[in-house]
Amino acid sequence: MPANRFNGHTDFGIGIGLRAPHYHHLLTCKPVVDWFEIISENFMIDGGRPLRILDQILDQYKVVQHGVSMYFGSAEKPNREHLRRLKDLVQRTKTPWLSDHLCWGSVDGRYTHDLLPMPYTFEAARITAQKIREVRDFLEVPVVVENVSSYAEFHVSEMTEWEFLNEVVERADCGVLLDVNNIYVSSQNHSFNPFIYVNSVPAERVAQIHIAGHSKYRKYILDTHDHPVIDPVWKLYARAIERIGHTATLLEWDDSIPSFEEVHGEALKANRFLATASLAAAV
Amino acid sequence: MKLLSLQRRMARAVMIPLTNSERMRTVAPDGRSMRAVASQIIKPNDRLTSFERLEIYNRQYWFRVLSGFAEDFPGLRAVLGGRRFDAMAKAYLTDCPSQSFTLRNLGSRLEGWLRKHSGWAGSRQHLAVDMARLEWADIDAFDGKMETPLKPEDLAGANPAKLRLRLQPYVSLLDLRYPVDDLLLEVRKDADNLDVASNAFNERRKTKRVSAVAKLKPSPLYLTVYRLDEDVYFRRLEREEFLILSALQAGKSLNAAIDVGLRKSPLAPEQRAAPVEKWFRTWSALGWFCRLEKNPPN
Repeated sequence: MPANRFNGHTDFGIGIGLRAPHYHHLLTCKPVVDWFEIISENFMIDGGRPLRILDQILDQYKVVQHGVSMYFGSAEKPNREHLRRLKDLVQRTKTPWLSDHLCWGSVDGRYTHDLLPMPYTFEAARITAQKIREVRDFLEVPVVVENVSSYAEFHVSEMTEWEFLNEVVERADCGVLLDVNNIYVSSQNHSFNPFIYVNSVPAERVAQIHIAGHSKYRKYILDTHDHPVIDPVWKLYARAIERIGHTATLLEWDDSIPSFEEVHGEALKANRFLATASLAAAV
Repeated sequence: MKLLSLQRRMARAVMIPLTNSERMRTVAPDGRSMRAVASQIIKPNDRLTSFERLEIYNRQYWFRVLSGFAEDFPGLRAVLGGRRFDAMAKAYLTDCPSQSFTLRNLGSRLEGWLRKHSGWAGSRQHLAVDMARLEWADIDAFDGKMETPLKPEDLAGANPAKLRLRLQPYVSLLDLRYPVDDLLLEVRKDADNLDVASNAFNERRKTKRVSAVAKLKPSPLYLTVYRLDEDVYFRRLEREEFLILSALQAGKSLNAAIDVGLRKSPLAPEQRAAPVEKWFRTWSALGWFCRLEKNPPN
């Protein structure tokens, strides 16, 4: 299952996000890491140090692009300047697949810089899928969409989030970046069983999995990426791996970022589950 | 409700400024009840009302854009003071919300906006505009495009009357009234030293420095902001240097640019060749010129 057309038929292991506090360590100590995920927008620039560092990382490591502002679910057309810059970066990194979120965040040319939740309607699914196809055709690289954490649900929704995800990826014929932490966060905020979600995802389309930590408040959970992964999320991950098989996995840690060793060590805990999946596949 | 309509409603609500206590307003600036807006589009759950769920996004939006903006303009924050800067930032971002996929461009319209809204800086208006220009130039220099640098051999046989030298896109030329370059470097040094000095002590020192600069009599100061080996530098220029470089940047030929630069120079005609040669040598060594276009416009 792991290598499929949505992740460019690759078989990546466990990666972490490439973050500035770790640059020096990575470039001087050159630790062994299966792969890095970069935030595309941090490198969609014309020049300077960020691109020089990226080139040095590309010399030594496998890199996959992850975006935060394509806003597949925004009703407006894709921004041409955004697409042009993204394509330049795709050509630079040779990313085997490219991910962004199943969400919206801009309207009438104004950007919220947030991952706003979709109304789960058939109209939204159609518009979103069309946009995913346009982006994929322009970039000429497999596109996968990630489920987001959400804190609100809309009256107009006509289906569950996982039904909406299925509807979009089938219409767009694209892959899924399954974020099991986001499933957990949303399940707590909206009171659903996260295992139903994981069990409903089209396993054959999953190109990659995200794991992360979050912050619990009195009445809701926020997806803050500033803590280790908690046990209930590992349990969801275990179930996802059981269904999907050995899949490229990435730990997100974006705030209060600890040392490289701590972040990488946390990510490598996924090996416990991946090893079991490999064993099961062998049997 | 159609997707576009829902997204317009929600985005409008999310971008409404927070109250002073950083909560969502109950009444929008146009008089709408925010509770009614929220309940029309968002479901409540067993723990949160529609209003509270919308508020999570409203707060996230403002925390994100305000922190990104403050990160980009620490010098302006020092000039205005923390409280006034925060209020100015909310007003600016309300008038000029992001139109870019990247937070990097949040401050792209700040200079023009500050010039129109002089009340925020009061007597420090010129100082504030100078600092905003410098900090935006710094952002541009950090990740601006670098074209292939010009080499001496590229100029072989060139006619100075027709030669049009181009400056690297990351080079900005600023005519300022205050020495904001020194001030910004001091502000940054204070930020770097936060570990070894108390925050309150640093704030007092910063306030004193800003006051001292604000009391200076405005006098012309010419500055270039550029990148070298991936670091951003500020370099003060002679007036003549600034005029020549500005003319080149505007597309004038080499001869015409030098004429513009030296027209009102106090240097006697026979004293001009040496400094001009030295300036060009320095600018070339710093890589400020790009390779010539193969087919320049006539």
